[in-house]
Amino acid sequence: MNKRIALAGNPNTGKSTLFNLLTGLKQHTGNWPGKTVAHAEGELTTEKATYQIIDLPGTYSLYSNSEDEEVARNYIIFEKPALTLVVLDATSIERNLNLALQVMEMTSQVIVCINLIDEARRKGIEIDAKKMSEQLGVPVILLSAREKIGIIQLLKTIDNMMERKITTKPFQIAYSDEIEQKIKQLEPHIKKVFGDDLPTRWIALRLLDNDQSLFDELKSYLGQDKQTSIEKVIYSNKERSYGA
Amino acid sequence: MQQTMDQFQVGDQIRITKLELDGVMRRRLLDLGFVPGVIVTVFQKSPLGDPIAYQVFQTIIALRKEESSLIYGEKINEEVCIHE
Ligand SMILES: Nc1nc2c(ncn2[C@@H]2O[C@H](COP(=O)(O)OP(=O)(O)OP(=O)(O)O)[C@@H](O)[C@H]2O)c(=O)[nH]1
Ligand SMILES: [Mg+2]
Repeated sequence: MNKRIALAGNPNTGKSTLFNLLTGLKQHTGNWPGKTVAHAEGELTTEKATYQIIDLPGTYSLYSNSEDEEVARNYIIFEKPALTLVVLDATSIERNLNLALQVMEMTSQVIVCINLIDEARRKGIEIDAKKMSEQLGVPVILLSAREKIGIIQLLKTIDNMMERKITTKPFQIAYSDEIEQKIKQLEPHIKKVFGDDLPTRWIALRLLDNDQSLFDELKSYLGQDKQTSIEKVIYSNKERSYGA
Repeated sequence: MQQTMDQFQVGDQIRITKLELDGVMRRRLLDLGFVPGVIVTVFQKSPLGDPIAYQVFQTIIALRKEESSLIYGEKINEEVCIHE
């Protein structure tokens, strides 16, 4: 069974601090294959199981404008970790939610970790985790990786998510009628090619956005013999967008 | 009054109104926080006036004129008028 947990988040939100706290000395570091981006992987043992934790590069987005974003996006989409912890800076929630919502479009197995809660409290910022969790549809945990606050609750939530004792219903951004209609048109074609392997709605959105870097990844994911099927989907998308 | 982002002075607080860019660059700027409705501050100008650094949600981001001249905003911290 897949026991991989990815850590994603904006730069400087404490991902590596949390990673170090969770994995202790059981970690190895290097680079992502073929990239200049640092890769760190480690082991976390809870009461229930041992998991592998992957520290993804910090990014503001996952739309692959850089090598960092490509690494993080590809990991979540193609390597499909069982769980993704999105680490947010408690003092800058508005900015950080952008990435959290992007990850929630890619996978439903998400825990939102609001880190630097000590710093937020010092600044008089109060965060209602329960309300956020209701609105986001995924668990929200207040943390301080530096002062080791909230860690036990995080570990319990990880175990419960892994054992499917918690079911999530990630908040979905609703786009304009025009875009929603195009998503609906594309989804069955994408499903035919990828089945339930990849997140259909997310791929539809990326195709509508004309994301060339993702097309290329999708093609190599499918392998030589199946490449034409995704090209057909892309082509039919373009026909619909520019044709008639 | 709406102006492009390269026209404001250091210290000005600006509410972003629109981005006249498309594609990857538009997405990039949105991801960095240059979203219509968001308030940013002109943080610093380089000696030749390009690039200009803006504070967006507690992060300092420098933009070249190429981009800043395509982002529109309006100043919100009007100078205090002293009425006699
Ligand atoms: N006050 C406080 N500081 C923290 C906390 N977690 C991390 N930090 C500090 O925040 C800074 C950044 O932490 P990192 O763990 O390197 O952040 P990161 O997300 O891995 O950063 P990138 O890999 O560059 O994206 C460091 O100085 C940490 O000591 C926390 O919970 N509270
Ligand atoms: Mg790090």
